[in-house]
Amino acid sequence: MVKIDGSGNDDSLITISSLDKQYQRGTETITVLTGLNLDIGKGEFVAFMGPSGSGKTTLLNLIGGLDKPTSGNIIVDGKEITAMSGKDLAAWRARQVGFVFQMFNLIPVLTAFQNVELPLLLTGLSKKQRRAQVETAMALVGLGDRMMHYPRQLSGGQEQRVAIARAIVTDPTFLLCDEPTGDLDRDSGNEILEIVERLSSEHNKTVLMVTHDPEAAQRARAVLHLDKGILQEAAGGVS
Amino acid sequence: MKYLQIILKNITRKKIRMLLTIGSFAVALFLFGVLVTINDAFFAGVEMSGADRLIVKNKTSVGMLLPYSYKEKIKQVPGVASATPCFWFSGVYKDPKNFFVKFALEDNFREIYPEYVIPEDQWQAYLQDRRGCIVGRKLADRFGFKPGDRMPLQGIFLRDPWEFTVRAIYENSKQEDDTAAMFFHYKYFNERREGFDRVVWFIVKVENPETAAQVARAIDARFANSADETLSETEYISQTRYVTMVGNISLILTVIGAVVFITLLLVTGSTMAMAVRERTGEIGVLKTVGFNDTLIMVLVLVESIVLALAGGGLGLGLAKLYTLGGDPSGGMFRLFYLSPVNIGIGLAIAAAVGAAAGIMPAFNAMRLSIVDAIRRV
Repeated sequence: MVKIDGSGNDDSLITISSLDKQYQRGTETITVLTGLNLDIGKGEFVAFMGPSGSGKTTLLNLIGGLDKPTSGNIIVDGKEITAMSGKDLAAWRARQVGFVFQMFNLIPVLTAFQNVELPLLLTGLSKKQRRAQVETAMALVGLGDRMMHYPRQLSGGQEQRVAIARAIVTDPTFLLCDEPTGDLDRDSGNEILEIVERLSSEHNKTVLMVTHDPEAAQRARAVLHLDKGILQEAAGGVS
Repeated sequence: MKYLQIILKNITRKKIRMLLTIGSFAVALFLFGVLVTINDAFFAGVEMSGADRLIVKNKTSVGMLLPYSYKEKIKQVPGVASATPCFWFSGVYKDPKNFFVKFALEDNFREIYPEYVIPEDQWQAYLQDRRGCIVGRKLADRFGFKPGDRMPLQGIFLRDPWEFTVRAIYENSKQEDDTAAMFFHYKYFNERREGFDRVVWFIVKVENPETAAQVARAIDARFANSADETLSETEYISQTRYVTMVGNISLILTVIGAVVFITLLLVTGSTMAMAVRERTGEIGVLKTVGFNDTLIMVLVLVESIVLALAGGGLGLGLAKLYTLGGDPSGGMFRLFYLSPVNIGIGLAIAAAVGAAAGIMPAFNAMRLSIVDAIRRV
């Protein structure tokens, strides 16, 4: 269930209330999000669309605990992340959130294996346990045979698959994908979307995806439009 | 340990920059190693001074000699265990460049210097040969001396040639003890200068090191108002006075070292700042996946310290190799030895410079906003 009217939902995974986000550029105040309300249930696959500068990425960053709102609050799985300290938020991100970016954001000097292993270094897992989890995640994105390759030795689509493996390796509660196909050709983009779709449908991951691509958005179960910081239902409703 | 691979990958990502930074530390720590060795060499005599030995010399000037007859009077002073006249002999072995110290002492050498180890048979051979001499292991290795070898010396003030035979080689009981000197019979020396019987100083062994100052005062009191009044002081004070005559060696070396390390700090600080700035996006990614600010700061700091220790270790290793090659001054230094303590101090300084150079970049990395950082990927 996805709601944007602020009426609430008892089984929401993510509840956003009266969210405002403003940036200060010199003396000018730039408003990005205004009074935004949103409820997203567990296992949902939601796409956010809208023109550039509409606040899609900012919203994703706020939900992922990468940024702090000017006002309002965000509750994820019963925890108010907007009230957490930086250190608690970092620990929360490590356990609960998987991020996939448009530019893949892999560390170039680390192999695919080492990139995927990064979030696991923060856990108490042994080397052997970490290896097993990385192998599972890499197999899930179809790159079990590319683990020792460096990012420069992989195609764009493969790099993004490594990024997805890194996002899911800790078995997070939800995935945040910021234009995951924006830097890929159509075929590679479709492969990535299929993996994301599978994570949602087969592994019951909650997925929030920002995209400019209507075809990509069609794969989501709910599509929301953001325009000038205000959330709107797409034609046909949100759920 | 599990973060080590990230640190090492970051260090080695720009090979030339890594080599230049390590090279800077290596050069600086090599210089440090050599400078502290030179400093120690100047103070070697001071460090090796026995707490239970006194030097008794003429109160007016070290250039004024004391009568040999003082020896028995000194031995009568309560607290004195043994005493020997001592004369610094300035003979030249083959070439003036072959400098080493030569002392004429009486045959109670082993009582005065118990820290030097001499095999009994060699000691007996020395006692039985009027022209015999004892050389230290370092000196023996330097010129290839072995028992039975002849050692002709050309006198400087006493111009005739002097003939010696190496009868014993003394070893050090501690690594830092000096083994670069030569000792021979005072009796032979005095005969050759026709019973002149005046000495540069007396070396006095006291029964109890704690009463050394008291005994020194008693000796000076014994000769007060005589024609040759004495100045008695512990070997430590005497050696320190000698070294300070050369100048404030420590200050000069400290200033040189400080300039080198400040320059190193600026160079490495700039390198680390550049390295962190280039990785802004990656730091954003690490924070995104859950690395907290403190961990990021520690990773950058450790990277800087590891670089510093790698370069510092290399430099100190080279300095150690250099000092193992022996005294480069041709015999001016009685001891040329880079001690483990100084290697430890060098590594600690390298680590401190590495930490100081990394602290600002590490702090900036810690404060970096994730949203700003990942925009720069």
